[in-house]
Amino acid sequence: MQKTSARRTSPVHALALAIAGLAATLAPAARAQAPAAAAGTETFKVGIVSFLSGQAAESFGIPAVNGAKALVEAFNKGEAPAPYDKAGIGGMRIEAVYIDENGGATKQVQELRNLYDREKVDAVVGYVSSGDCLAVAPVAEEMKKFLILYDCGTPRIFEDAKYNYVFRTASHATMDNVALARYLKARNIKAESFNMINQDYAWGQDSRKDFTLSMAQLYPQAKLGEDLLPKFGAGQYGTEISALMSRRADVTHSSLWGGDLQAFILQAGPRGLFKRSQVVLSAADHVLTNLGDKMPDGAILGARGSYGLLSPKSPLNDWWWSIYQKSYQTYPAQAPYRMAQALLGLKMAAEKAMAANGGKKPTTEQLAAALTNAEWDSPGGRIRMTLGGGHQATQETAIGRTRYDAAKKMVVLDDIQRFPAACVNPPVNVKSEDWIKSDFAGAKCN
Amino acid sequence: MATALTILIDGLSYASWLFIVALGLTLVFGVLKILNIAHGSFYALGAYAAASFVAWFASMKFAPEWSLVAMLFAAVAVAVLVAPLTERGLMRFFYGRDEVLLVLVTYALFLVLEDVTKLLWGANPYYVSEPYAMFGNVEIGDQVYVGYDFMLMGLAVAVGLAVWWGLNRTRQGKIVLAVIHSEEVAASMGVNVSRVYMLAFGVGVFLAALGGAFTAPLISVQPGVSVGVIIVSFAVVIIGGLGSIEGAAIGALIVGLARSFAVHVMPQAELFSIYIVMALVLMVRPEGLFQRIQARKI
Amino acid sequence: MTTPSLRALRVAPSTPSEGATPEDRRSRILGVPGPSPRRGVVLGSGVLLIVVLLVAGAFMPKWLTFLLTMAASHGLVSLGIVLLMRGGVVSFGQGLVFAVGGYAAALAFNRLGFTDALGLALTGGVAATLVAAPFAPLLSRYRGIFFAMLTLAMSMVAYGVLVKTSALGGSDGFNMGRATLFGQALPDARSGYVLYGVTIVCAGVLALLARVYFDSTRGLVTQAVRENELRVEYLGGSVRQAMSLNFLLAAFAGGCGGALTVMSLGHIDPNFSYWTTSGEFVFVAILAGWQSVLAVFVASTLLEVVRSFSSLYFPNTWQLSLGIFLLLMIRFLPDGIGSLWVDRGRKGARR
Repeated sequence: MQKTSARRTSPVHALALAIAGLAATLAPAARAQAPAAAAGTETFKVGIVSFLSGQAAESFGIPAVNGAKALVEAFNKGEAPAPYDKAGIGGMRIEAVYIDENGGATKQVQELRNLYDREKVDAVVGYVSSGDCLAVAPVAEEMKKFLILYDCGTPRIFEDAKYNYVFRTASHATMDNVALARYLKARNIKAESFNMINQDYAWGQDSRKDFTLSMAQLYPQAKLGEDLLPKFGAGQYGTEISALMSRRADVTHSSLWGGDLQAFILQAGPRGLFKRSQVVLSAADHVLTNLGDKMPDGAILGARGSYGLLSPKSPLNDWWWSIYQKSYQTYPAQAPYRMAQALLGLKMAAEKAMAANGGKKPTTEQLAAALTNAEWDSPGGRIRMTLGGGHQATQETAIGRTRYDAAKKMVVLDDIQRFPAACVNPPVNVKSEDWIKSDFAGAKCN
Repeated sequence: MATALTILIDGLSYASWLFIVALGLTLVFGVLKILNIAHGSFYALGAYAAASFVAWFASMKFAPEWSLVAMLFAAVAVAVLVAPLTERGLMRFFYGRDEVLLVLVTYALFLVLEDVTKLLWGANPYYVSEPYAMFGNVEIGDQVYVGYDFMLMGLAVAVGLAVWWGLNRTRQGKIVLAVIHSEEVAASMGVNVSRVYMLAFGVGVFLAALGGAFTAPLISVQPGVSVGVIIVSFAVVIIGGLGSIEGAAIGALIVGLARSFAVHVMPQAELFSIYIVMALVLMVRPEGLFQRIQARKI
Repeated sequence: MTTPSLRALRVAPSTPSEGATPEDRRSRILGVPGPSPRRGVVLGSGVLLIVVLLVAGAFMPKWLTFLLTMAASHGLVSLGIVLLMRGGVVSFGQGLVFAVGGYAAALAFNRLGFTDALGLALTGGVAATLVAAPFAPLLSRYRGIFFAMLTLAMSMVAYGVLVKTSALGGSDGFNMGRATLFGQALPDARSGYVLYGVTIVCAGVLALLARVYFDSTRGLVTQAVRENELRVEYLGGSVRQAMSLNFLLAAFAGGCGGALTVMSLGHIDPNFSYWTTSGEFVFVAILAGWQSVLAVFVASTLLEVVRSFSSLYFPNTWQLSLGIFLLLMIRFLPDGIGSLWVDRGRKGARR
């Protein structure tokens, strides 16, 4: 394969090639932008970002996206119950663009910019991973575009910074472990010693911290035993289970989720961990439908909100449950609920803004003004944007205990206790960690 | 507090799992000189295939003991279907190229297989738990173990012995050893190196799939199971020496025991214990513990 | 006895180069470098390209300037890998210097209040070089897969350390504000463009310096090391020194790339040091080939574009499309994009 008379291509040719390459890059972009200016009925374009691949896909991303699809279709047909019964958003058809959150924060920042700039979405609803939330929030703020974070747990978003255009329509993760500790106390469960197993990354480390601090307030005599931090995605917990079993403790706490949690339960159950110790799981509801009878009875768990089997009865919830069940043959767990409350909040805010501005598509400022300090009903209870200058939601939560119901062939939750929002969320202008350490100063539990 | 016995049993249990999974990787490197990132994907394919085969056997009303056979079949099926396709259809275009380029090819293959698995089996989790309960529980002192984990230890020994015997006591195996030592000389002696490559790659894929198939009862088989396996197998084969069976065994033992010790005694260090061991081995004895000394060609 | 001129190492590759011009052949036989005006043309057109990109950037949509900024800053890291590749080793752990540069810049911004964009880029580069310095002599002894694996192990240890350091935000990382330039705050509307400009200029300058280095004596020794180390040692060159220097220069480039990335991204997390990040840099370097510096940035841009569009059109199967793209590129451009415009005869002794 010889090049005949290989004259060295001059640098000028190289330059020309580079420019041609650049033009080639621009061309598809230009084409993609052209159809955006569609004539006729206006649409409200929403970018929805969640995990479509990777380890969070099966437990959080895909159920949430499924929930979004079902809800968007119902909205467009005007089938939602009042006050959400207007078709689409204020009459405008909702067009959803789905983006995979997998691939790291750098990629997500790029995708967010693409969504706003190239796809010209009016709002973005997304992000499960706290790292991604922290990375994209300043970008939306800088671009002055509307962003709703619907799922990520870290309290840092609105505790470390202030935003005008970024909102989170769900409580942050402090609520989960505070409620868990309160449940133990309310039920008088013996907790003189406790072991912990959490994944060694921010979520697991924060959960561990929140639970330890909460226990220090509610059970001052309790001693911490094993404090295990397996790698995220480890999947093999034989050694950890041996450690947890050999150090007897009344309570075993974990914030494991997804495939890791399922592996842990499958490996720990047969070895009797659930009988030897009271296992408490902060975010485990999403594994119940899959594990079925492999889920041991008597485990105490939460859903990061009153979701799924823990959800309060209401016409809105019944309707939501039925449309999800009909499309996907399973009941919605926490992820689709959180997506639902985000989309309902978006719809509510947009329609409120449109009522104020005479029926036109709301600008980012109008949307932000409408959602700040707002409240609305969702299938998981009432959502109130009380923290973070009116940008961070608080909501109620619930904790229950598992039992496999052979007749219904599914896991049900007994001994459900509800915790009002003001009981398990920090008050305004107090950081979560400080609030717990102050023995939950200002908490209103009935 | 954990006794030394607990640490030992946990270490051996984890080491057996590591050995089964890492053996295929070291074999493929030894023969083909490819460090196969897609090894994790073959593992995942084995797990998914096991889920399907066990479900199929169960639907045909076989006794539960047959689920073990089903898992074995699953591994064989994956090897038979995937290995020739990958090796002939993809890898052979890149033989002779830089080692690191081949690593990138396998990385691309890993990406492709991630989505292919998702397309074939969907994103929902699969469970293969019948085999797990088959061996009952074993109580040792204060601890309760699942018999299945001890079966895995037995399987690891069996697989190790089988591969060793296959390499050292059969004619075909000795030919493979010759290719591992020096493929040029073997080729010049009349060995059909290309067929040896196919065989070795096939066995490598089989072993990866076997690892996945027999791990399936312990986990929920879903997208993402391949990722955790890759780095940990790399560490084992690097420590033991690339291309060495004994090395894979010793590497697995070292990693397994180190991890068990870390978890029981010093849990905070667990996250990077494996990388530190890998880095230390590379700094002190880069060819691993069992790598054959290679003559340098001038 | 005087050591023979290192330029002599450029003489007579072991296979005759086919199709080279008579002028090249003469230069090679006589052992003198090629005609020097060629270097001037290269530098001149490089500067021209930088200017063209700066001007074009003012008219591009924002997402495109951002994409090119990322391509340029990531391209710098891959440039470091190409530097090492010319010596015959491939580093699978450039994520380490990428992360160190990024964290150094972000920390300098947050904790020290140092906000100048160019200064932060320099800070990143210097910090990464300082971190790499103790390891350079060790790493210069390794080749092939062991070099790759050791660098990978080091970058993963760094990843582990960063994940566990909650003062740095742990696995979530932390945010960085907007940099300034020459004391001026950047206006909201133009900040993306200005950072794009800074990145293009930094990347361009380092690229041109790299080109000069490649053609310099030390750079040619590196090439010789790739072909046959023993002969280089025999002829009096120091392989260890060459490899150590390359490692440090690659660290500097990687650190600058990390700092530039962080400034435009506004966020840093330990994933910068993860093996898949390093793998992507290696992929770009291999896609580019080791002859042409421009190819590195073209390859980096190509990867960003493919990643972005496959994510849009195939949200459920973007990994599949990216993997296929990678395979096709490796298969059909075996010597990288650079081979499209660099003389094949120059490859010399490549078997």
